[in-house]
Amino acid sequence: MKRTFHQLLQVFLLVALVSVTAVSCKPKIKDSDIEAKIQANTALSDIATSVKDGVVTLSGEVKDEAAKSMAETVVKGIEGVKQVINNCTIAPPPPPPAPVEIAADDPLTKGIADALKDYPTVKATAADGVITVTGETTKANWKKIKIALDALHPKKVTATDLKIK
Amino acid sequence: MALQDKYKELIDTATAAGVANLQVREQDGVLYIDGEAPSGAVKDNLWNTYDKIDPNFLSGDVVMNINVSTAVPGAKVKVVTEKTNLNIRKGPGTDQPIVGKAAHNEIITLVSKSSDQWWLVRTDDGKEGYSYAQYLAPVE
Repeated sequence: MKRTFHQLLQVFLLVALVSVTAVSCKPKIKDSDIEAKIQANTALSDIATSVKDGVVTLSGEVKDEAAKSMAETVVKGIEGVKQVINNCTIAPPPPPPAPVEIAADDPLTKGIADALKDYPTVKATAADGVITVTGETTKANWKKIKIALDALHPKKVTATDLKIK
Repeated sequence: MALQDKYKELIDTATAAGVANLQVREQDGVLYIDGEAPSGAVKDNLWNTYDKIDPNFLSGDVVMNINVSTAVPGAKVKVVTEKTNLNIRKGPGTDQPIVGKAAHNEIITLVSKSSDQWWLVRTDDGKEGYSYAQYLAPVE
């Protein structure tokens, strides 16, 4: 009985020794190695990182949620990284372009009179910003008229009833 | 976005030609293209491209306003009427009295721009007043 106990104790100690040795033998990855790997990865170039005891903290602004999780996945894949704290923020969407300014009908009407002075066979009216052109003219003149009318900031220029000779 | 596809060639041409402050906006079924062309030739080319995509501009789905960036105060401009003289008026508008005339093909000076339509000009013999900008082209 006593002998068996000794044997058990020996086995236990051996197991304990082996496991302790195994753990201590496992190469410890330094924070600086992790940092070097992060810096070498171009996919992470826009992200600020700090490493402490294998825990990597990510910060900075990324364009969307996908970029945020992609960065986290990439860092998690680096050997020695125990944990990733993802503090990246998502950039706000760009402001929408300024709305197109449409001229009021009065300045449009005045602009039309000036633009059509030399084209008596062409008539145009403005209503709610839309210039409607009627009458008839040549293709070359219609092009000049259209260039002049577009510069008045109309909502649109409709010429479906204009006869182009 | 459909209009931007239809007029892709026009937008690409404007970008490639170096049109400054190019703005392409789609609003209520109309594509608005604004910008400043580096030369009158670039502006002409854009209008030709527009005409090619939408013959005679009849779809009514584009409003294009391209200025020529060389038309700045102090620049020399040429009178590009069909063949007639260009009226020089007291104020910006065809309702304003005529104070002088510039000959067809005459080179005059752009003094300032009252608007995109009316420019204050001065002839070499000292007549000053407003002329319709469409009949004036920067000398390049």
